[in-house]
Amino acid sequence: MRANFIFSEVWIGLRRNLTMTIAVIITVAVGMAMLGVGLMINAQVGMMKDYWYDKVEVSVFLCTKNSDMPSCKGKAVTQGQTQALKQQIEGLPGVEQVFYEDQATAYKNFQDAYSNQKALADAAKVEDMPTSFRIKLENPDNYQPVIQALQGQPGVAQVINQRDLISQFFTMLDKLRYAAVVVAVVLVLAAALLIGNTVRLSAFNRRRETGIMRLVGASNLYIQLPFVMEGMIAGLIGGVFAAVMLIVTKVLLFDEVAQFLSSTAATIGWDDVASVITLTMIIGVVICVLASFVTLRRYLRV
Amino acid sequence: MIHFDNVTKVYTNQNRPALDHVSVDVDKGEFVFLVGPSGSGKSTFLRLVLKEERPNSGAIHVAGKDLARLSNFKVPHLRRRIGCVFQDFRLLPNKNVYENVAFALEVIGKPRRFIRKVVPEVIELVGLEGKAHRMPDELSGGEQQRVAMARAFVNRPMILLADEPTGNIDPATSIGIMKVLDRINRTGTTVVMATHDAAIVDSMRKRVVELEDGKIVRDQSRGVYGQAY
Repeated sequence: MRANFIFSEVWIGLRRNLTMTIAVIITVAVGMAMLGVGLMINAQVGMMKDYWYDKVEVSVFLCTKNSDMPSCKGKAVTQGQTQALKQQIEGLPGVEQVFYEDQATAYKNFQDAYSNQKALADAAKVEDMPTSFRIKLENPDNYQPVIQALQGQPGVAQVINQRDLISQFFTMLDKLRYAAVVVAVVLVLAAALLIGNTVRLSAFNRRRETGIMRLVGASNLYIQLPFVMEGMIAGLIGGVFAAVMLIVTKVLLFDEVAQFLSSTAATIGWDDVASVITLTMIIGVVICVLASFVTLRRYLRV
Repeated sequence: MIHFDNVTKVYTNQNRPALDHVSVDVDKGEFVFLVGPSGSGKSTFLRLVLKEERPNSGAIHVAGKDLARLSNFKVPHLRRRIGCVFQDFRLLPNKNVYENVAFALEVIGKPRRFIRKVVPEVIELVGLEGKAHRMPDELSGGEQQRVAMARAFVNRPMILLADEPTGNIDPATSIGIMKVLDRINRTGTTVVMATHDAAIVDSMRKRVVELEDGKIVRDQSRGVYGQAY
């Protein structure tokens, strides 16, 4: 009886306010989708960081003949210097593994990397390639001491931390993520205001009914519940649309990223999408209910 | 049943009190006319009984409850024991007679079986048998007021407040309305009716309380409308 009555009231309210209800649904949908995308990018960036930071190495390039680097003084590294460096690196704390990359391997890698730029690949000769040590660290965050210890050692041309290269990329992704969250917050705010307005319109449209309800002694909950439910249902429908948008984003954007990285380990899976959808749904509904309640507090006094 | 003790009500932004130190007692089962010119405080009196307004000073007891101590949370329960009828009927235009009366019970969560049983009884009591499925705009003013009375009475309130119930109705039809009010009164319900209608007051010979500028100027059992003049 009670549920029946309240649902019929809710249905009447949603139908009478159709345009406003649609506006609420769209705003909630877009706002929640933005928030969800922000959260998904967040998860994605986190995973990519884990994936790549795990792979990054400190590269110690050794001098070649005619090297431009001032530390080389134009001389190639000697066999003895290479041996000494290898021992020094192995003795450094925090070093997990050291690989020595000779000129032949370096040449092969170079050819692979620039296979689509024929002229450059052809121009390079084996003896131009620098030999290098590739150092894998136990803790990639702890790279400073290793770099400091090796910089300027005899025979060392340059020490490069690959992490510095990708961190620029991550800075950009971080900005993207913050932008998505800011837009989402603004949209969620707009949605809350719109819901407040819709509920107020709805309450105004039905002031006759609510007036009689108060007169015959209906409890506040009974009077307010249909309006709050209206907000909630609009929020829920908006949440469903947001969920669809998020699923589409996952397929069109994140799965593309996965293909680009040719690794599913570094991209978010469906379980991440499910938890993001759940979270945005809950946030959407809670905001709708709160906005309805706050508006009604001011509008439907006893 | 209704007890006003030295009640004063001043609306904000107004200097003159709407009710000025009013003390009055209405017993259970009484029928009281509240008369006086517009702005004399009749409607304020009724609104205070419903706790739609709060007095500035004085105490009000309704159905044994001190309204000043009644929390907002419990006001709906007070109102379930008071029925209300107005000059403008206040029916829902998109509901028929039966639904309008049933609405009052639905919104206080009465079970459907109970509603099915009592609504036709009340519709018959106010003399609208056979018209349960008419819409308000298919009814005359008198019939609409009967629907409003059925709605006010369907929950068997202890008190029925009527604010100029015959104000929009011609004299011949008003007699019918008064008969229904009298019938309701005979079931033991206390009736307080604010009115301008001298003929009705004179014909009923009930207690008359006259207000003027917020003060009680006459309180007379078996009174008539214009005796003070």
